[in-house]
Amino acid sequence: MTLGRVVGSIVATRKDPRLEGHTLLIIKPVTPDGKDEAGYLIAVDTVGAGNRELVFIVAGSSARMASGCKDKPVDCVVVGIVDGVALDSPRTDASR
Amino acid sequence: MQLGRVVGRIWSSVKNPGLEAQRLLLVQPVKPDLSASGKIVICTDCTGAGTDEVVYWVRGREASVPFQPGEVPTDATIVGIVDELHVDANAVGKAERGRTSVS
Repeated sequence: MTLGRVVGSIVATRKDPRLEGHTLLIIKPVTPDGKDEAGYLIAVDTVGAGNRELVFIVAGSSARMASGCKDKPVDCVVVGIVDGVALDSPRTDASR
Repeated sequence: MQLGRVVGRIWSSVKNPGLEAQRLLLVQPVKPDLSASGKIVICTDCTGAGTDEVVYWVRGREASVPFQPGEVPTDATIVGIVDELHVDANAVGKAERGRTSVS
């Protein structure tokens, strides 16, 4: 799963009937410390995420395991809204 | 499967019902010499791994297999905690040289 920020939504009238009723969001991937990463993703929303909210997304065939997405032509799903991120300070030594 | 190191965690109260009660850990993929390699991923966990532990994790559809028969929508799961790592220094050296010449 990866972190992302909601930056927009998509409206589509003609689409696969199994996608009807789903909100499609445009997601900008971000690093855990909040920096933008390259590219954008289009993801189906299952949690009611709003604009600029930090979310996490599941991609690939696992996306279809999310409730509400079973047997649907979907490969990227927003599965949660992030309350907090704790990133521990990096170790300086390479040994364990 | 890939090696990684647990570097943090995230928490979330509004989430897909399939992810209820799952710990979500931030994992930095690492090379056999434990140096960082690639982007940090969010992993579910079936081992009880903690901060700074070296683990191995699976990516893709298989990531939800440890939680069967439950249906957990995850594409990355920690499936083991590494106790020890033995690397043939000569073999790694050759591999590293090979990679360098490609890039």
